[in-house]
Amino acid sequence: MKSDKLKFLLFAVVVLAIPLFIPKGYLTNVLIFVGINSMLALGLNLLLGYAGQISLGQAAFFGLGAYGSGVLNTQYVINPWLAMALVAVGVAAFAFAIGFPVLRLKGHYLAMATLGVGVIAYISFNETVDLTGGPSGLSGIENLSIGSFVFDSDIKNYYLVWSFALVSILLAMNMVNSRFGRGLRAIHDSEVAARVMGVNARLMKVQVFALSAFISAIAGSLYCHVMTFISPTSFSFPVSIELLTMVVIGGLGSVFGSVLGALLLTLLPEMLRAFQDMDIIVYGLLLISMTIYLPGGLVRGIPALFRKIVPARGSHA
Amino acid sequence: MLKIKNLNTYYGKVHALKNVSLHLSKGEIVTLIGANGAGKTTLLNSLSAIIPAASGELLLEGKSIAGLPADRVVSLGLSQVPEGRQVFNPLTVEENLELGAYLRYRARGQQGAIKEDLQRMFAMFPRLEERRRQAAGTLSGGEQQMLAIGRALMARPKLLLLDEPSMGLAPLVVQDIFKVIQRLRSEEGTTILLVEQNARAALKVADRGYVLETGKVILEGVASELLENKDVQRAYLGRDKKEIWER
Repeated sequence: MKSDKLKFLLFAVVVLAIPLFIPKGYLTNVLIFVGINSMLALGLNLLLGYAGQISLGQAAFFGLGAYGSGVLNTQYVINPWLAMALVAVGVAAFAFAIGFPVLRLKGHYLAMATLGVGVIAYISFNETVDLTGGPSGLSGIENLSIGSFVFDSDIKNYYLVWSFALVSILLAMNMVNSRFGRGLRAIHDSEVAARVMGVNARLMKVQVFALSAFISAIAGSLYCHVMTFISPTSFSFPVSIELLTMVVIGGLGSVFGSVLGALLLTLLPEMLRAFQDMDIIVYGLLLISMTIYLPGGLVRGIPALFRKIVPARGSHA
Repeated sequence: MLKIKNLNTYYGKVHALKNVSLHLSKGEIVTLIGANGAGKTTLLNSLSAIIPAASGELLLEGKSIAGLPADRVVSLGLSQVPEGRQVFNPLTVEENLELGAYLRYRARGQQGAIKEDLQRMFAMFPRLEERRRQAAGTLSGGEQQMLAIGRALMARPKLLLLDEPSMGLAPLVVQDIFKVIQRLRSEEGTTILLVEQNARAALKVADRGYVLETGKVILEGVASELLENKDVQRAYLGRDKKEIWER
């Protein structure tokens, strides 16, 4: 997979160079969230695009990561990096445990069960006021730091978040081309055939669910340290739907599709500020027209569209 | 090689297999024939641990495989080519074959052997080599069946279960498939349990056969004798139709 490595290197260079070419401030700030959303979309895409298992509760893992780090940082004396690692492992273990009963379900039932997980988490964030501050939020979270170097500006946070995002992308790319990744795609296509090949479908579905929770939790920890303030609405049901939209629009079963979807759907609301609360309608319309006209997502749809407009020489497609 | 004794399998309350007993010796091709819903696929899936068996003895080379998870059964040497081929459509031909060796990747020192086996499959099915980078879903039905068989062989099975390999294929392609089945035995020494609706073709390549009806074995014997058996002919081979018609 040499071309994949090249693609990744090119992408990494672009990501690292971008801050040199854009004005500091607002846009950099938006791109930080593109990075966080990329990680979240990537986590969901591994589950939905590769293993074919839907989750409408991704915001729960995101929230657990954010609140885990946030609470540990504000109420306990613990190194925030260590806290981030502990929280991510804890959230992954939680997902692993609930994964066994939940992922036995298929289709609509799986969607409902994961939705339930999301709703329970959201209510918990609201109701455990002593710990999380409830609806008024949790403030006073510190920025991350290495020694005396504090990630306290947009540009520093940009590099912080994107280093994590790039590492996640690299790991995901390696994973999907490995034996494990092939197994996941096999389960997606035919669970029976995968099982008679000796693929332990039940365990693998739970493992990838835990992995997606792990990535989401790290994204959550980063989010809380970048924002220094969190409140439950950032982890509510619409966030899960937004992530789903990113994955579908970007491209199911494509690592870079997740990033593209995250980029588009993070920039879009910024551009749709004028519509205010109506932006959810625009999401809906986008999702519908995408599934009709570009069912493979942007990452496959754009090249296809390009070929349609500019027919390649010697091709009869 | 394989011994099944009083196997019972249920779908909820439906008693799908009733005290089924059968055996296969090493190097044998045994066919299981019967109408739709007789329980042929259920029997294979009970062996592969896709459907749990309610009771009965399942012995593979003397070792009990009853109650083991599906991946354990595969690693003990039992591989299934599922009904309707079920190749992994979006994956390439090569990736499909690699998935067949899924459990062998875990063992150290197997990488070389897996590569060799891949070449062996390409030698056996040259069409697959031509299309190794192509998505499996774009292959023809016959090619997909070859791929499904190759995929199962990549696990290096001692016993291969074939579920209706002729399903939905053109007569000429069906002939090819049955030739492959014979070659598997003569060249690789694979033991094969063949489930078929195309009873005549199956009985021609098989050594012995079992006739399954509504979950029970109603007849068993040497394949050539079953081919001559009047009841089998009437029910599954389409002879004597005229006689009944004119009665």
